[in-house]
Amino acid sequence: MNSAFNSPTWHKLKWPLAALMLVLLYNYFYTPGFFQIEMKAGRLFGSLIDVLNRAAPVMIISLGMTLVIATGGVDLSVGAVMAISGAIAALLIAKGFALPLVLMISLGVAIVAGVWNGLLIGYFKVPPIVATLILMVSGRGVAQLLTGGNHIPFKHAGFEFIGRGYLAAIPFAAVLTLLLFITFVIISKRTAAGLFIEATGDNEVASRYAGVQTRVVQFAVYAACSLCAGIAGLIATANLAEADPSAAGIGLELDAILAVVIGGTALQGGRYFLAGSLMGAILLQTLTTTILTRGVPTQWTQVVKALVIIIVCLLQSEVFRRSFQRKPATA
Amino acid sequence: MNLRAIKRNIPFVATASVCLLLFLFASLRYKGFLKLPYLLGFISDDAYLGIAAIGLTFVILTGGIDLSVGGVIGLTSISLALLVEKHHMNPMYAIPLVLVGGVLFGTLMGCLIHFYLLPPFLVTLAGMFLVRGLAFVFNQESIQLTDQMLGGHSASHSLIVFNSTIKIPLANTSIPGTTLIYFVIFLIALVVAQFTKFGRNVYALGGNEHSAALMGLPVARTKIGVYVISSLCSTLAGIVHLLYNVKGDPTSGTGLELDAIAAVVIGGTLLSGGVGYIAGTIIGVLILSIIQAIINFEGSLNSWWTRIAIGMLLLLFILLQKLIQAKKFKTAGTFQKT
Amino acid sequence: MADATALLQLRGISKGFPGVKALSDVQLTIRRGEIHSLMGENGAGKSTLIKVLTGVYRRDGGEILLNGTSIDARSPEEAQRLGISTVYQEVNLIPHLSVAENICLGRQTTTLGFLKWKEIRQRAEKALARLGIEIDVTETVSNYSIAIQQLVAIARALDIDAKVLILDEPTSSLDEKEVEALFTVLRKLKAEGLGIVFVTHFLDQVYAVSDRITVLRNGTYVGEYEAALLPRLQLISKMMGKELSELEMKAADRVATKAGVTPFLKLKQVGRKGSLKPLDLEIAAGEIVGLSGLLGSGRTETARIVFGLDRADCGELQLDGKAISITSPRQASGLKFGFCPEDRKVQAIIPNLSVRENIVLALQANRGWMGYVSRPTQIQLADKFIKALNIKTPNPEQPIRLLSGGNQQKVILARWLASNPRLLILDEPTRGIDVGAKLEIEKLMAQLTGEGMAILFISSDLEETVRNSHRVVVLRDRQKVCELRGEEISEKNIMHAIAASDSDQ
Repeated sequence: MNSAFNSPTWHKLKWPLAALMLVLLYNYFYTPGFFQIEMKAGRLFGSLIDVLNRAAPVMIISLGMTLVIATGGVDLSVGAVMAISGAIAALLIAKGFALPLVLMISLGVAIVAGVWNGLLIGYFKVPPIVATLILMVSGRGVAQLLTGGNHIPFKHAGFEFIGRGYLAAIPFAAVLTLLLFITFVIISKRTAAGLFIEATGDNEVASRYAGVQTRVVQFAVYAACSLCAGIAGLIATANLAEADPSAAGIGLELDAILAVVIGGTALQGGRYFLAGSLMGAILLQTLTTTILTRGVPTQWTQVVKALVIIIVCLLQSEVFRRSFQRKPATA
Repeated sequence: MNLRAIKRNIPFVATASVCLLLFLFASLRYKGFLKLPYLLGFISDDAYLGIAAIGLTFVILTGGIDLSVGGVIGLTSISLALLVEKHHMNPMYAIPLVLVGGVLFGTLMGCLIHFYLLPPFLVTLAGMFLVRGLAFVFNQESIQLTDQMLGGHSASHSLIVFNSTIKIPLANTSIPGTTLIYFVIFLIALVVAQFTKFGRNVYALGGNEHSAALMGLPVARTKIGVYVISSLCSTLAGIVHLLYNVKGDPTSGTGLELDAIAAVVIGGTLLSGGVGYIAGTIIGVLILSIIQAIINFEGSLNSWWTRIAIGMLLLLFILLQKLIQAKKFKTAGTFQKT
Repeated sequence: MADATALLQLRGISKGFPGVKALSDVQLTIRRGEIHSLMGENGAGKSTLIKVLTGVYRRDGGEILLNGTSIDARSPEEAQRLGISTVYQEVNLIPHLSVAENICLGRQTTTLGFLKWKEIRQRAEKALARLGIEIDVTETVSNYSIAIQQLVAIARALDIDAKVLILDEPTSSLDEKEVEALFTVLRKLKAEGLGIVFVTHFLDQVYAVSDRITVLRNGTYVGEYEAALLPRLQLISKMMGKELSELEMKAADRVATKAGVTPFLKLKQVGRKGSLKPLDLEIAAGEIVGLSGLLGSGRTETARIVFGLDRADCGELQLDGKAISITSPRQASGLKFGFCPEDRKVQAIIPNLSVRENIVLALQANRGWMGYVSRPTQIQLADKFIKALNIKTPNPEQPIRLLSGGNQQKVILARWLASNPRLLILDEPTRGIDVGAKLEIEKLMAQLTGEGMAILFISSDLEETVRNSHRVVVLRDRQKVCELRGEEISEKNIMHAIAASDSDQ
């Protein structure tokens, strides 16, 4: 009775998990070699490893996005923040700065971007969509301004390791994702942050009445989300060994939102599921990889994702579900 | 305008002043700015943005948002070019076809938002990815227009009026037909917003949806209607973009959603809905055009500054709105405490 | 049976919601050219009855006759078309639009689908002239006072051919002069033959304007009375369901007044424009101070100021002799204050979180995010309070929204008890919960004050107030009218204090 299968986490996880299994099953039968994992020069190779590696940026962003969505907000600026942190890191590396300093500065700037969002949303009460949309567009402008619109290539083994390296045969990006996931889970479960975030998202007024500083909560989640976007930007930049401010993180905001929603966190806010978001991100990447390996043109992935998100949201919509039970809903 | 009328329309007055100041600044500083052909030129360049922003104004007036406008422009541009160039369809049929497509898309989004209570930003964000994705699915490269009826080469067909230039008497210049479309849409929108029940219902819905429902206004029809208008306008904007550039391009209109939102908000429309002006949106578009022109004239300024400047200007106006609203709340006491 | 002079008759109306019987066999008769007050305390069923009448809710039983013919409105629009118009307390206008538009919206004059602004303006002016007011109809409606907005809403209601006008708490945010102006309009409309239903909780106003009064209590019909023949005190006793003779005996039940304790919290001429006239209030450790008065009298407003939800704009708050200013619930909670608000659903429960999480929330908020209350401690706390307060829940992990109202209330109480407050403010803690839970909460209050906690107790139940309070502060029309202590505390005295009209003083 008291098994893990009864917990709300499992309840929310089973659907994305089932979908992932379905996609994997499809690949098992129709994509030869999908499950093959080889060991080459102390590194693991194969489609599955590739999925993990490619999904890393979205997984990391979806962790931060989960917290933002749990408070009932949304952050559209993650792609732009990725571009900024990547551009700054590449510029500093190219100028010969020490790696720790580069990481500190570029992630520091990412946090500043999040604080900016939090300020507009928490204190000036600008709607989250608009506040983050401003940064989404002008932030990319900043990134392009920093690099003069050019690609900034660099050579730096230490930095490239973040995006290309392997730790114990596993891609470093995947390891980093896991570490961040554990950190977020610890913050959620071993500090009061999780309770405050969920309470704020579920009923902001009542939370304030109970003494929760809801503004500070909003402030913190946007900062955390931007930090995640900054880290994702470093991974993407390191992986390419160049900063591409006009392409980095384009459209990633939708992927991250999608991953979070698939993972069972409702857009209205409240309960959140970090593991679900990761699962959502992996599902998306597996789907994309499958579409590519099946020879379907890449362009279709966007269309499919857009349809998936609408369907998932419809399934979560009370009104939609009610319309299939008994009488039609009286809206 | 008397003093009270000015006070009543602070956001609009602020916009008009900013526009005037920028205009004066540019005319004094740059030679060649204050010439009719140049001025008409940059109005024409941004005609498609203006048309999309007019449609978006209706959505924002209800307190909603439409992020799909740029995507719709891209999809319209490429699909109309494909229909005419690759499938040799008569534009007389192709144009209505894409317009119907736009209306259906808007209806779909509106229904999802109204009946299933999905957040407008999410539906239209997904809508943006959907149409942009479809644009690339249809064709990944741009298509040059050669069909006579849609422009390209000179021809004497009746439809050419859309893309021919019209001589302005006395002034030694001419304006493109697309710019005329822009003016016509502007006039229609002005009339719809001010002189029809639908238009006033849009304002009422944005002012207070609960009250509007209690007053017996048709909430569903109005709410879905604004998304249809927005999609229809973006489709028209896509057609104008295609005609003006004589080229169908799936990437056209990328990032346009922010420009359009900025134009609307700078034009004095409150993001929370209920207050706004179609004419303000036009001035908002003009401000964006002047900023672009200034950045072009200033050779030393990088073009990336445009994005940043628009973002900051948008922010400034949003904060101004917050300030005005906060003040209003203080003077009007507890009006509609929720 | 049908009354020949009756314009509108409601007979045997009943309406239930899942688990609650909101109205049972209620009747109401409105005659042509009368102002009819609908009275009752919270939960009496006034607003449900209005909503049934205007088609917001469908009735479960009974019939509604308008001019002798049975009607069944399915929406406010339909009721409006039939001639029943409503003006709500929260002025349902579109704030940013002009007065003229607000009056004509949805039924503007058009030709070929285009609005004729000039005629719309004239129509609005005419509608307002009928009420005897002359204002610039092109001005934005939110730039006018609430009183004018109220009149605009009435003008809108009358713009279509209204036979019955329902005013739901129209005067709650008006000052005296504005109320008088509104009454002048009402009398004028009455003379024109309209039937007016007037819902309010201000007794003075009821007597100033109404011809008849219908009283409801707990969803049932108590009676219909001629206003001139019903003394104030009797009206209150009917609303509260107590006979006057019954009240005398109750005095013995109450707890003894504490003497010789020094108050730790003092309010000195604390007030807030528009919600509370300056008042003095003191509370000492181990003391229950009852705040009594009708709805809207300033009870909740006082509590909100003490808990930092609203800021006082005059006077001084003193805690342990030091002047303080409380600007947020966070700060108030840090000062060891607790507040169980009136609107449980909106202001108290975090619906989807578990009972355990709802209980630890205030304590955790006090400790900050790093001062994590460990899971075992949380479970221990939750178990302790579930047992101590007898909270009925299958387990501590149950989402609070699935609990009954009484149990939700106990969880909110537990939330504050867990943070061990000095002062606990309870705003209608027993509203909408069953008798058993009510008694348990009262017992708990006594126990807590015995342990030295101070309680500010707000209730519209007189008996409860008298039984539990060491001291009772009576409020009327947003000001303190008297403070009762010791032997003075009785339902009768409180009622007299509430009922006293300004002219009596």
